[in-house]
Amino acid sequence: MWQFFHKLGSPKWFYGIAGRFMPWLLGLGLVLSLAGIVWGLAFAPQDYLQGNSYRIIFIHVPTAFLAQSVYMMMAVAGVITLVWKMKLADVFVRAAAPVGAILTVLALFTGAVWGKPTWGTWWIWDARLTSMLILLFLYLGIIGLSHAYSDEKTAARAVAVLTVVGVVNIPIIKYSVNWWNTLHQPATFKLTEKPTMVPEMWVPLLLAVLGTYLLFGWVSLYRMQTEVLRRERRTRWVKDVIAAGGGSQLKSGGA
Amino acid sequence: MAFDSFSAFIIMEGHGPYVWTCYGVFFLLMALITWLSVRDRRRVVRTQQREQTVASPGQTDTVRNERTGGGFQRIPTSQSESISKS
Amino acid sequence: MNPARKRKLTIVLFLLAGVAVAVGLTTYAFRQNINLFYDPSQIAGGEAPVNVRIRAGGMVEEGSVARDPDSLKVQFRVTDYSSSVTVHYEGILPDLFAEGQGVVATGQLNENREFVASEVLAKHDEQYMPPEVSEALERSAARAREEGREMPEY
Repeated sequence: MWQFFHKLGSPKWFYGIAGRFMPWLLGLGLVLSLAGIVWGLAFAPQDYLQGNSYRIIFIHVPTAFLAQSVYMMMAVAGVITLVWKMKLADVFVRAAAPVGAILTVLALFTGAVWGKPTWGTWWIWDARLTSMLILLFLYLGIIGLSHAYSDEKTAARAVAVLTVVGVVNIPIIKYSVNWWNTLHQPATFKLTEKPTMVPEMWVPLLLAVLGTYLLFGWVSLYRMQTEVLRRERRTRWVKDVIAAGGGSQLKSGGA
Repeated sequence: MAFDSFSAFIIMEGHGPYVWTCYGVFFLLMALITWLSVRDRRRVVRTQQREQTVASPGQTDTVRNERTGGGFQRIPTSQSESISKS
Repeated sequence: MNPARKRKLTIVLFLLAGVAVAVGLTTYAFRQNINLFYDPSQIAGGEAPVNVRIRAGGMVEEGSVARDPDSLKVQFRVTDYSSSVTVHYEGILPDLFAEGQGVVATGQLNENREFVASEVLAKHDEQYMPPEVSEALERSAARAREEGREMPEY
């Protein structure tokens, strides 16, 4: 455990191990998410109340889940940056923030387009939608802050503090539908209970969720590799990697 | 298949525009983040390749081109930690 | 863990706890503003202001929807199964509007404590099922009612 932790301190070791995981994450992620999406779009039964508009759920829920999970991971990385000063944690935050922002935009957008035919409005300032919008601003703030300093260490610390403080928004998003009156309905998937759906609906949804998690794993490792190459560019091993092409190709990625 | 025909699948009883807009934007933004990530990687690799060529003897005349050509801001690397004292 | 890191971790956790308490107290203080709508019990209990633009939400009571044949005027009762409030509305209702379904209406309470809505939105729950399953559930619920049994709540 501790050995693994220390190895993570070695950028070269990380670059290699990430390259070994990435093809699997990409392949499996594509297969699972596309299977879930095709199943959900074309084969899952329609909903008794909403008809076919509910099919938006097969991308709305994965992006919304992931937008929150990515923030949680970034907050953990933020604590590691502040306490242990591990550079890879900061590399992760920088690599993941733009992905998280795009996922949040997708969750908000698909939610709005879904809301129009079901609720009768694109947007309403209820607690769930508003806290999700705050999440987007947190992501944008983190991205902005990470570019605001020329000194890497100062930037890492500032970004980590903002990320960690912003994590209080995550339980607010999650429990907003239970704590307050909202237009948004409570969660269909709960960790402790059976989903309030038939299996023909929740199995494709689960596939899509798992697939997007894996795809996030792939894209964040790829982006972390890029950042590691940039930061360590003076070292011998990076020069060797660069001379060999730098793994620009999506499939290889490895050293 | 939950639909009787391909046109029924596209129309989705009137919900088609909503559903397909969502999926369209989803794939578009997924492609965007992938493209951005690949572009970042290429930039880092290309800048570095140029610097390595520059560093090798006999080609110092390309230094100027490299400085102006690559629109890159120099950022202190992790090796230069001693510069930054909290 | 070495003492310096332990101290830093404590600082970070204290910072986080402090922010969480501050946000928690703020949202608690503003809970009435964060709540999107008043439910019928709050309206019946006099918590909702009269002649002020507010939202009211709940379930459309079964058998309460009365449409005016000559116009888009409609009247229905919104209930939370302990109190209910009458809603007047003129306009197009969302597709999902139906008796037994959730709604959130924007408008004002008049002096008779009836709600005059300018907008009605549909609120659905977290249940998704194919039409056949929904019909089967309704059939078994009807049967259970005939036999006088208690049905589990869905």
